[in-house]
Amino acid sequence: MKLWRHPFDAAEKATKPGQIHIDKERCKGCGFCAEFCPREVLQMSSDLSPKGYNVAVVNDESKCLACGFCELICPEFAIKVSTPLDNNDA
Amino acid sequence: MTANLNAEGRSTERYLRQDRLPHIWCSGCGIGIALDAFLRAIDRADIDPDKLSVVSGIGCSGRAAGYVKLDSFHTTHGRAIPFATGLLLGNPELNVVVFSGDGDLIAIGGNHLIHAARRNIDMTVICVNNFNYGMTGGQVGPTAPLDARTTTTPYGNFEPPFNLPYLASASGASYVARWTVLHARELERSMAEAMTKPGFSFIEVISPCPVVYGRMNKEPKGLDSMHYYQERSVIRDGTDPKEANIELNGPILVGKFVDIQRPTLWDNLRHVSNKAREKVRAQAKV
Amino acid sequence: MNGDLACAEAAISAGCRFFAGYPITPASETAERMSIRLPQVGGVYIQMEDEFASMNAVLGASWAGVKAMTATSGPGFSLMMENIGLGVMLETPCVVVNIQRAGPSTGLPTMVGQGDMMQARWGSHGSYEIIALAPSSPQDIFDLTILAFNLSEKYRVPVLVMSDEVVGHMSEKVTMPRVAPEDLIHRPRPHLGPEEYLPYKANADLVPPMAVAGEGYHFHVTGLTHDERGYPVMTAEAQDRLVRRLADKIRFNKHDIIRYKEFQVEDADIVVCAYGISVRIAQLAVRMARDEGIRAGLLQLITVWPFPEERIRELSLQAKAFIVPEINYGQIVLEVERCAGGRAKAILVPHMGGSVHSPQTILEAIREAEL
Repeated sequence: MKLWRHPFDAAEKATKPGQIHIDKERCKGCGFCAEFCPREVLQMSSDLSPKGYNVAVVNDESKCLACGFCELICPEFAIKVSTPLDNNDA
Repeated sequence: MTANLNAEGRSTERYLRQDRLPHIWCSGCGIGIALDAFLRAIDRADIDPDKLSVVSGIGCSGRAAGYVKLDSFHTTHGRAIPFATGLLLGNPELNVVVFSGDGDLIAIGGNHLIHAARRNIDMTVICVNNFNYGMTGGQVGPTAPLDARTTTTPYGNFEPPFNLPYLASASGASYVARWTVLHARELERSMAEAMTKPGFSFIEVISPCPVVYGRMNKEPKGLDSMHYYQERSVIRDGTDPKEANIELNGPILVGKFVDIQRPTLWDNLRHVSNKAREKVRAQAKV
Repeated sequence: MNGDLACAEAAISAGCRFFAGYPITPASETAERMSIRLPQVGGVYIQMEDEFASMNAVLGASWAGVKAMTATSGPGFSLMMENIGLGVMLETPCVVVNIQRAGPSTGLPTMVGQGDMMQARWGSHGSYEIIALAPSSPQDIFDLTILAFNLSEKYRVPVLVMSDEVVGHMSEKVTMPRVAPEDLIHRPRPHLGPEEYLPYKANADLVPPMAVAGEGYHFHVTGLTHDERGYPVMTAEAQDRLVRRLADKIRFNKHDIIRYKEFQVEDADIVVCAYGISVRIAQLAVRMARDEGIRAGLLQLITVWPFPEERIRELSLQAKAFIVPEINYGQIVLEVERCAGGRAKAILVPHMGGSVHSPQTILEAIREAEL
């Protein structure tokens, strides 16, 4: 949608990017996170886990909107999505 | 920047026995997704984890009990539901969830399922349905669609499968839902609803089984099954469970099918117990 | 009252507050009595859809902290076997009553048998030990059912009460004393908190303390071979440790568990070894033999399992023969023969079932053995 002026609270309302943490020891390379991330933040790599699986890695974290779907869809409990709000929790 | 760090801090970590991870399920298997949804549902539904008991049977899905840091019981094949019944009747304050697979709950355990639904016992049964007996190598199960290939139906399955929502509903379940593991959010919500709702709740969770069932039925990778769910699942709450049949490569109807009120087993038992005590009191007065 | 009812009343006295069963002749009266009494004392009676469900519901209730039991007969006993094994593996206190009838298969549903005695010991798969008691009268079944609950709680093992249809259906005077709370045993409780508690770390008597569901211990138990944490461990070492402890738990405590009664055995030449309804008939036969001048005695088995091996061995040094009247084609006689070690003969007086021995049959066997 093309705006005719930039909203005054744009910075405040902008979605903070999330941070993706992947536990390499748990990942079994199923590819669900990479496939179902709506913004293609994750991708499968040729890095190997200690058990020999091709692990998922973050491709472009700036696109992450912290929707959390990768965390839900990972069958290995291997992904954690955090936002700066979590980190700045006083 | 933050890739490949430890996943500590996940909300479900405290319900997992970390010393037993990574779990034994195959790459692309959906049981982990179902289990994680269940663990999130515990907090969503505000359940007291001290009063929560998980009972499972034998099979891949049955291993879930071993990964949760709750009172958990890994029982014999098909008998999770009666064991759970005993727990509940022994201590009605417990919140009991049965987490097991299609072969365990529907074949050998089928009789117990229909009776528990009939009694409307206050428990939640999560049936992970991957259409075969995965742990023993992929033999046909009572939910495998007609013509499916399995290790014991090399020419195609010649038995029509159960329609699980129909079976549960017809037996008297007061809450029946079906989701695939792709519907992780809806699944979590459903599980939370089911655990707080009094009465017998049954949730069927369709899951990939890439190494055996999937490999033999054109879904060799977990992703293939997930794509199939993405393309062919249809969310239709309130559908008549009769219509929820699954055919090979056919559409999968998901959603909440049944949500009714019925007196639970304890409601009826309390009534009986009061009658008995009344009688004793009356006799004592004589 | 009859044996079935006495059993139910004893269970109530012992603190049993859960019964899950399936109707089967000749045990149904026990279930019916429990269905009347349990709601009166704040317990729960439920009739399950089959014996698999009954046995599992009993285990579940025990894990919820309630003393639980079921009652069945031969065909149901066979169905319960897998889950009696689960009870042994999980170390679940519970009582299973078998009012035996003539088998095999459907057999004579309304008539007496004692053909499940070996099954009581070996019926479930795998290597394990179990406790089985054999009541010989309605009073006996009352007393032994209370003992069964106490033993099952003390040793965290299913205890089998192997009665028979005649004891179950005969009516005799039963004295039901009020059981004092001090005389009831409860499962050992954990002293440690949830963080340190290990579900299968045994005390000195090889019995681990038992936490139950809902107390915040967050334990895991499984029918798979497991370690002290309760986690499945698939190694030969874990199997060795676990199987040995489960069996030794009973074996090492034999002195506390084994019970028998003796009648005129001190100078006996011929010892009649009997259990269940056969006891009173054997006792009459022994009296008749004594009248004829034969030095006969009676050893009444109260605990059939663990079998009183030492006593048989001792008696085999003194007696020249054991007479074993059983309502089957030879089961406990095999144990007697094994323990007699060839030092004394073990002679079976079989009866296939449907009625009980006549004292004459046993007397004749005594006479023959004396020759």
